[in-house]
Amino acid sequence: MSQSLSIVLFSGTADKLHAAATLAAGAAVMDRPVNILLQYWALDAFRSDRLDVNHGLAWDAMADGASRPVKGTAAIPWLETFRMAKELGAISILACSGSLDVLGIDSTALDPIVDDSGGIAAFLLAAEDGQILFI
Amino acid sequence: MTTITTPISDTELMALESAKVVDARGSACPGPLLEAKKAMNSVQIGQVIEIWSTDPGTKSDIGAWSGKVGHTYLGYLPGEGYERVFVVRQK
Repeated sequence: MSQSLSIVLFSGTADKLHAAATLAAGAAVMDRPVNILLQYWALDAFRSDRLDVNHGLAWDAMADGASRPVKGTAAIPWLETFRMAKELGAISILACSGSLDVLGIDSTALDPIVDDSGGIAAFLLAAEDGQILFI
Repeated sequence: MTTITTPISDTELMALESAKVVDARGSACPGPLLEAKKAMNSVQIGQVIEIWSTDPGTKSDIGAWSGKVGHTYLGYLPGEGYERVFVVRQK
């Protein structure tokens, strides 16, 4: 069986969400199981009432002379990429219960693309035989 | 169809009849790759899918993906400002 790819997704800016979605999508269509753990600001981005807001860019974008997203930040298709990837491959998206608690988010407030909420052990067990990245 | 492990000649590519054309022009990685995967369900095993892409990375993406999941990457031809990437469904 193909080696799984697990991503601890902490960042909530559009660029990092898009980067994570691209990794997840690529792995999924290469038949690698993908596990994503949403923490903090990534978790916050998956709230149903916040999906469409402009999630902005990482601080790196503030550097002098940094390139700007040609079509604007709001057009970065992070969510669309996650959705399509989930349709095409085995991607499990877990909301970190610790982050839900710290941020006071109820799991029912999350978009249905999030499969479940769980703790760190559940995620690490699922991630055991593959690679783990932190974004 | 016999298994082709290296891309075939331009002449052979030009003579191919694609069962499906995926127009992914204007879309960038991972878009064309996801479209290609999706399109596999709409052709039979042994048939050719052609992906049109303005992203020069698509051909290496499709090449790598085909090898990994078991389809046959045939190569690509230049179009007007885009590339036509050919792959055979094998499973």
